[in-house]
Amino acid sequence: MTAINDFIDNEVKTNDVVVFMKGTPQFPQCGFSGQVVQILDYLGVPYKGVNVLADDDLRQGIKDYSNWPTIPQLYVKGEFVGGCDIIREMFQANELQQHLSEKGVPVKGAA
Amino acid sequence: MPMNAGDIEKLIRKGIPDAEVHIRDLAGDGDHYAAEVIAESFRGKTRVQQHQMVYEALQGNMGGVLHALALQTSVPEK
Repeated sequence: MTAINDFIDNEVKTNDVVVFMKGTPQFPQCGFSGQVVQILDYLGVPYKGVNVLADDDLRQGIKDYSNWPTIPQLYVKGEFVGGCDIIREMFQANELQQHLSEKGVPVKGAA
Repeated sequence: MPMNAGDIEKLIRKGIPDAEVHIRDLAGDGDHYAAEVIAESFRGKTRVQQHQMVYEALQGNMGGVLHALALQTSVPEK
C-alpha cells in the first residue's frame, strides 16, 4: 500500500464524515465540491474537508482508492457514499438524512 | 479535445448495450453535460455501482477530457 493510500485510508477510517474536495469547506474551489459542503452545512453534520488540490498524489490517489473518477467524494463511517450527483439526489430524496442517522451521525433539520 | 454528445452516447451504449441514453449539453463548451441513463442491467445495483458502470463505459474520459457529467441513472419502470 502506498503512503498516499495509507493517508487516505486513515482519514476515511478516523473521521465519521469526511469529504475529499477541491478547496476547503470555507473556500470551495469547485461548484460540485461547494454543493456537497452546502448540503452538509445545511444538515448541520460535523465533517472534515480534505483539500485534494493541495497534493497531486492525493488528487489521483483518492480516485484509485474508491474507483471513482471525480471529486468531491463523501465518506461516512469509512464507506464511500458518492459524488456530487449522488449526494444531491440522496439529499433531495431524504435518503442522505436517513443514511446518516442510521450510521449514528447527528443530523439537524432531518425532515 | 472536448467530447460531443454523440461520442458520449456511443460510448455508454457500447459499454451498456441495453441502456437508453439522453444527453443534454449544459454549457455548449464540450465538457459540461447532463446524462440520463436508464438500463435494466442497473436493477439491484446501488447508485454508486450504476454510476461506476457508466464511468467504465466512458473508458477513462470521465474526470479527464470530460470535466462535468451530471449523471442520473435509473431502471426502467416495469
